[in-house]
Amino acid sequence: MAQSSLIEVEDLRVYFPTITGLAAYFREQKYVRAVDEISFSISRGEIFSLVGESGCGKTSTGLATLKLLDEVEGSVRFDGVEILELNGARMRKMRERIQMIFQDPYESLNPRMNVEQIVSEPLKIHGRDFDLGRIRTALKEANLAPDRFLEKYPYELSGGERQRVAIAAALILEPEFLVLDEPVSNLDVSIKAEVLNLFLDLKEELGLTYLFITHDLADTFYLSDDIAVMYLGKIVESGGKDMIKENPLHPYTKALLSVVPTPGTGDGEEKIILEGDVPDPIDLPSGCRFNPRCPQKIGPICEEKSPEPKEIEKGHLVACHLYDD
Amino acid sequence: MNILEVEGLRVSYSLDGDRHLQAVGGIDFRLGKGEIMGIAGESGCGKTTTVNAIMRILPPSARSEGRIMLEGKDLLSLAEKEMRKVRWGEVSIIFQDAQEALNPIQTVERQIAEPLVVHRGLDKREAVKRARELLELVGVKAERGSDYPHQLSGGMKQRGVIAMALACRAKLVIADEPTTALDVMVQAQILNLLRDLQSEYSLSLIYISHNLSVLSELCERITIMYAGDIVEIAPTEELFERPQHPYTIKLLEAIPTIAGSSAGRLATIPGSTPRLVDPEFECRFYDRCSEGTPECLEGVPPLVEVRSDHYAACFKREGIEEKDGSK
Repeated sequence: MAQSSLIEVEDLRVYFPTITGLAAYFREQKYVRAVDEISFSISRGEIFSLVGESGCGKTSTGLATLKLLDEVEGSVRFDGVEILELNGARMRKMRERIQMIFQDPYESLNPRMNVEQIVSEPLKIHGRDFDLGRIRTALKEANLAPDRFLEKYPYELSGGERQRVAIAAALILEPEFLVLDEPVSNLDVSIKAEVLNLFLDLKEELGLTYLFITHDLADTFYLSDDIAVMYLGKIVESGGKDMIKENPLHPYTKALLSVVPTPGTGDGEEKIILEGDVPDPIDLPSGCRFNPRCPQKIGPICEEKSPEPKEIEKGHLVACHLYDD
Repeated sequence: MNILEVEGLRVSYSLDGDRHLQAVGGIDFRLGKGEIMGIAGESGCGKTTTVNAIMRILPPSARSEGRIMLEGKDLLSLAEKEMRKVRWGEVSIIFQDAQEALNPIQTVERQIAEPLVVHRGLDKREAVKRARELLELVGVKAERGSDYPHQLSGGMKQRGVIAMALACRAKLVIADEPTTALDVMVQAQILNLLRDLQSEYSLSLIYISHNLSVLSELCERITIMYAGDIVEIAPTEELFERPQHPYTIKLLEAIPTIAGSSAGRLATIPGSTPRLVDPEFECRFYDRCSEGTPECLEGVPPLVEVRSDHYAACFKREGIEEKDGSK
């Protein structure tokens, strides 16, 4: 396990200041603790998912692993190299190995460039020679016929085709690791299935490793090997997909799984519907962040002490006082 | 007893020259009193156009033909002045984006009170009082009514919009993707709320979603649309167990589920949706269908009852009852 870890994240923190500019000198600074002391590792060739609701910190985590945020502390090691300490030029070199796919292919593609220019741009940025053969290969890998698409502009493409162009542009530098931030959330059902299948094919053919960020549990279970469930900046539970599916431990995971709509006439299992909303991330609840909404709260300890992740079975971690000794 | 009967509804937009874009291609369906029916389909299938035609809130370039009978009254033949009474008074709509459906510079209770003043002739104070009761009914504390939309969470805003849709006791409520922008837990809360309201007030509800899983949890019957046509209508359980139209079959196999996650790859549908501009008079799914034969190009297949209360528009399914001998 340790020898094949491609990404190791340790004690990662992303705190955004709420007061910026001159006012920061006069008023007490408060922080949104978007990501708070989380750790996980991703093995080579694995699909690791971060799943949770809006504001749980999953996107900040993804951006932090690519060093795309300034407010990051902790450690992110990629193939043994601490990337949070890399300077400009060396980080740029590192970015050839790490690429990202964004949610909205309507915004992530430059409308004034054609497909050939979009897909070849990373070559230019990284000082490599224009290579039509490589561009054609990247398009083929993304399931786009090069002859049909090279000359097209984004407005001529459907949502699914756009997302595949974004994938081709991410593949052209032959990266090892892709961060997928809600890559199928804006796509229709049949197109979404196509893109999800493409990610699986690419993993097999090119040996890619993914960090898959999503709010959709059904997509998560389809794609991932390992899953981490986030709530308000913390990982509350993580483990292999079957462990999470068959034996969810954290009350939040249980609730989340129970409310995912199932096609057909429902699975007959009772839904655990949590009341209210996720609390304000500036003014976090004390102790366990889930305690105000937890249906299985055990007592004062939940309000006093933040639970530490604990390994219940091999590779299955949960942060909840229910599992204290 | 049907509250709504739509017959031959066709919506088209005229483009430059003689060309026209046919968004809805002559559809028929009905909604029983107190029934929840879902309409599903992918982007551009005409589901939103259909309900906007019922509300008559399409842009001026759109032309609607056919009949939309709301308890015997044809909404398409009403004068605009009459229609204004129907909107919110008899038919109301819940939009997807609560943030945009609410006026940002007016308190929520004032907005909910507005249709009560306009349609029910309540004075402002009475209307606001009623608005606060409605907020409680949808699970928002009455005192939050004096908040502005930006002070409320996404779920609370959507509850506010639902309260507004219920304010005048509309006979028919249309919900157009009301939970699509919400998190899964909030979605579960809203679905629960709609289910409770439906059973308490026997609401007649049309629920639009691209998400068949959501529809299956709420609806008694589901209508599937493709490229402006209804391709299948069936009771929910029947639809999932015995889908008939090749498009529905593929669509169901393309949905990732938690339970079926380890079983093989998802199905995909090759090709893309057909152009809606000057459509051919043929089955519009033909190019993407694995079962198509040349006779599928001989006309638009009609929606016929293939099993009890189960309708499909596919030449390959006509008369299957005789074949398997069941009814």
